[in-house]
Parts: sequence; C-alpha cells; structure tokens
Amino acid sequence: MSSIIEVTRVSKSYGGVIANKDVSMAVKQGGITGLIGPNGSGKTTLFNSIVGYHPVDSGSIKFEGQEISEKPVQEIARLGLIRTFQQTRIYGAMNCVENMLISLPHRKMKFLESFNRNGEGDYEKTDRLLEFVGLYEKRFLTAGSLSFGQQKLLEFAMALMNEPAALLLDEPTAGINPTLINGLIDRLKRANSEFGITLFVIEHNMRVIMNMAEKIYCLAHGEMLAEGTPEDIQNDQRVIDAYLGAH
Amino acid sequence: MKSKKLSFYGILVAIIIIAPFVFPSFSTQLATLWLMIIVAMTWDMTGGQMGYNSLGNIFFYGTGMYVAAVITIAIPFDVGEYNNAFGGGIYKFTDTQYFLGVFLGILGAGLFCSICAVLIGFVTFGLRGPYFAIGTLGVAIAAGELVSNWEWIGGGQGISLPVFPYDLDLGKTFFYFLYAVTGVSLFVFLKWLYSTRFGAAINAIRDDEEKAEAMGIHTLRYKLTTWSMSAFFIGVVGGISAFQLIHFEPLETAYQTINLGIFMVVCVLLGGKGTLWGPIIGAIVFHVFKEVTWNYLLGWQWVALGALIVITVVYFKDGIMGGLMRSKPEWFNSDAENRAQAGADS
Ligand SMILES: Nc1ncnc2c1ncn2[C@@H]1O[C@H](COP(=O)(O)OP(=O)(O)O)[C@@H](O)[C@H]1O
Ligand SMILES: [Mg+2]
Repeated sequence: MSSIIEVTRVSKSYGGVIANKDVSMAVKQGGITGLIGPNGSGKTTLFNSIVGYHPVDSGSIKFEGQEISEKPVQEIARLGLIRTFQQTRIYGAMNCVENMLISLPHRKMKFLESFNRNGEGDYEKTDRLLEFVGLYEKRFLTAGSLSFGQQKLLEFAMALMNEPAALLLDEPTAGINPTLINGLIDRLKRANSEFGITLFVIEHNMRVIMNMAEKIYCLAHGEMLAEGTPEDIQNDQRVIDAYLGAH
Repeated sequence: MKSKKLSFYGILVAIIIIAPFVFPSFSTQLATLWLMIIVAMTWDMTGGQMGYNSLGNIFFYGTGMYVAAVITIAIPFDVGEYNNAFGGGIYKFTDTQYFLGVFLGILGAGLFCSICAVLIGFVTFGLRGPYFAIGTLGVAIAAGELVSNWEWIGGGQGISLPVFPYDLDLGKTFFYFLYAVTGVSLFVFLKWLYSTRFGAAINAIRDDEEKAEAMGIHTLRYKLTTWSMSAFFIGVVGGISAFQLIHFEPLETAYQTINLGIFMVVCVLLGGKGTLWGPIIGAIVFHVFKEVTWNYLLGWQWVALGALIVITVVYFKDGIMGGLMRSKPEWFNSDAENRAQAGADS
C-alpha cells in the first residue's frame, strides 16, 4: 500500500495561533482519504501547507516520494496535485465552458502549444465533464451567475479537466442543497474509480465522509487526534468528544 | 455572416490606404492617430487582458526612440562624436544609410524593448495592483533621468536625426504607412492571440491569479511573454516616431510620462478595457476630442481633458465597448457559443 502524499511532523502557526502541531499522515495512492475535525481545528491550514500556499514552520511533505514543502504553488500544481477552495474559486465573468477550457492541464502543454486554439477534443472533454457534474444545460451561463452549489460543482469539474494525480477537496458538500449531496458523493466516488484520481477530502459532514473514505484522519486543536477506518473513527470516544465539545 | 465580416475589413483596409491621399494636409494628424491606437492596444494587452496596469509603458516608447536613433547613427558614424557635435550639421547620411537606419533601427528598437520587458518584468511582476503601476512608473521616470544625463546619447539636449531624404510630403505619407502597417499587423496579431489558449490564460491571470497558479498555469512566463510582445510594438512605434520627429528630447518627448504615458491609459479606459476594439475606438474618440479642444478651447484644453478623464472613470467604468457588450450581448457571442450555434444550424 503506497502513499502518494506523506506528511511528517508538520507544524504551522499564524502569529501566536498554532494551527497545525506535529501533524503526520499519509494519503494512499488511488484511494479516498478523509480529513475531519471541528471548525478551526486546522484542516484548511494542512491543505494549504501541502499545496505550497504558505511555507511550513517545520516538518516534511512528500508527493510521489519527492519533497515539496519548499516548492511554490504552481510547481506543486504542475506535479499533478490540485486543490479546490473552501470558498470556491471560479472565473465569475467567464461562462462554464471557458472556465473548463482554461483548466486544461498546462503542465502537459509545451510552451508553443499554448499558442494553439482549443481543439475538438478539448470541447468534447468539456462537454463530457460538464455533463458529468450536471452543468451541461448551464454551460453558456456566466459562472458568477450560478448558485454557490453549482459553482462548487463547476470547480470540481475544472479540477477534473486538469487531470490531476491527486485532488484535494476542501468541504465539497458545504453549501450544497442537501438533496443533491448523495449525487455529489456518487460523482466523487466515480472520479476516483473511473478516472483513477486519488482523493483527499476535508469534510465537516460526518455522514458524507463515512460513506466515502476508506481511511479517515481527525484533527482537533491543530493536532492529529485519531486515524482509522470509518468504523474506528465513528466509535472513537475522543472524536465524539471533540465534535461535541466544539458545539 | 462571414462575407459581411470580410467586406467590413475590406472597406476598412481601403479607407486606411486612401486616407492620406484624400486628406493630404491631415496625414501627420492621421499618423499621430495611429500612434495613439497602437500604444492603446499595447497597453491593453497587459492592462486590460491580463490585469496588470502599467503606468510605465512609455519607457518602451522612449527607449525605442533612442535605440532606433543610436543604430542609425552608429552605422556610418561614431555615436558620441555625432551627438556632441549637435547642430553642427557636418554629418551627412546617404539615402542608403538613411533607409538602412530606418529599417534596422525600428526592428532593433522593438527587439531591444522586448528584452528589456523580460528583464524588468522579473522584478516588477513581483508587485501587484497599485504597486505594479507605481513600480513601472518609477522605471520610466528613472530611465528619463538617466538618459538625460548620458552625454554619449546627447544628454538633456536629445538627439537629432537626418530628415527624410526626398520630398517632404512623400515623407509624411511614408511615416503614415509605417504606422499603419504596424497598427494593422498588431491588430491581426492580437485578434489571433486572444483567440488562443494564451489569450484565455492571461484572462485567467487577470480574473484570479491565485486560482490560475493553483491550476498550474505558468503565470510568470505568461506575464513576461505578454509584456515583452507589448513592448516590442511600443518600441517599434517609438522608433518610427524618432524618424518622424527628426529631433527628440529625453524628458519632453521620449520618456513623456504625463502626456503619452497617461493618454494611452485614458484611451483604453474610454474605449473599454480588455476588448479588441475598445482601445482603438477609445484612441479615436480621445484623439479627436484632444485635437478639437486644443484648437478651440485654448487655455482650457487641459481642464477639458481632465474632465473627460474624470467622467470616463466615474461614469463609464467599462468604456464604450463595455457599455455595448451590456446593451447588445448578442453581438458578442463567445467562441463556444458560436460553435454550438454552428452545430445546431448544420
Ligand atoms: N490566514 C490566517 N491568519 C491567522 N490565523 C489563521 C489563518 N488561517 C487560519 N487561521 C487560524 O488557524 C486555525 C485553523 O484554521 P483552519 O485551518 O482554517 O481550520 P479548519 O479548516 O479546520 O476550520 C484557526 O484558529 C484559524 O483562526
Ligand atoms: Mg477550513
């Protein structure tokens, strides 16, 4: 069982706030790994450290065996490690199709190829993926006019367009209409099984993550509190206390 | 649809070609209009399409002038001696030397400026928003000061170039067409560039650079390339201006940060940022407005110009093209929509 992402004893603080303390964890190649924890427990901070959004104070982060903790965001993205944002980031002034076409994997493009127009294949791939997330009918609407949930779906489709090796999703179901959540879980699973993309998912919603991940980590107050299978986590008294204590 | 477009461009090209012959007394005016159109289009490449508002693009205009002049002088003479014998008039250029100078000077100006853009860009593209604007302005101001203290290229006196060797009216037409060919080439180049993945990528940088980075777009490479291509064309028109003006000074003419340096920004804001036609329309409206006020509102022309800038910025944020896009969205279908439309029609 090989790991695509390995985090070893990573710490990160903002001024006086210790957001991550000695965090170690691993994401299994080809699987779905979950990260849970109460609000403010340091989940997004850990994502940001992994994708190079900010420098870590100490510790090591490896992607496919390569140390990446010193690399900038773009370089890590070009290794095939892509993230979505908790606040959702799409190009609001462009329509869905344009958003998709911009997300073509530039790491697989030679410089001169960026002077090409998009080909037939690119448009087909766009249509296929927009169909996959259920936005095909809305493809010519400006992305900024979509609902928050639809924007999240678009951001997910954009990430798939990029053909990442691993995809880090920050609360993909937050703000999504509860009746659509099951459909989204299904799509996330299919992205993993059909497209072969390793998923690492932050999720506040316990039910969602229990349905999806084969391994779950739980953060509390910036420290790794527990790890294990969904059953282990569900029955872990410390996890239950952390969640209850947070409310 | 397609034939309509073709005839539109055909008529346009015809107008461009016959204009200086129909209005011979306006050919210098029209040449200046081309200059405005070109600098506005180049400014929009970074300012409108990529979201990096440079206030220092005039640096490339001034540098283009100097590079073209130095190359022209250096072919037959010693540059330092030539510039220090300023006004002596003992240096005569043959026709061949003149035209070789024009050709190599203008080309060299463009190339030199595009290299400068890459080198300066490594530093300035670390800056965002207003810091980038001020940083680039600083480069232009500093360059003007440095050049005006550099005796080898004439110091504060500037440089004098030989006049056009034939009939003066022929010279006016000659410069008109140099600008016109540059302008049309730039238009065709940008129309193509903005339809490629490259165009989409710089729009992505403008709309959300952090997202673009997170998706693995080579942001710095795109920014340097865009500015460098823009600088090439500004350098070229700087070079043409040097020959057209015959004599130019470092601060008043070459590195004129407050005149042309700001006018190019105003043209784009007026016409509409981030559109192909906006800078062109803006430059035409601006130029006409400026000439009319300069001729009929003597003493008040700067006030009128200031008022125009304020009104544009406050009331017409998206410029003329932006306003049209909002009121007539069906005129501006995206590529993808046109494809879908074509698919449905066939
Ligand atoms: N940019 C920042 N500056 C200062 N403090 C921050 C910043 N980002 C997060 N924090 C703090 O770090 C802690 C962890 O935040 P975060 O990683 O966003 O938690 P989670 O995603 O688990 O809700 C919180 O106490 C938060 O207030
Ligand atoms: Mg978070």
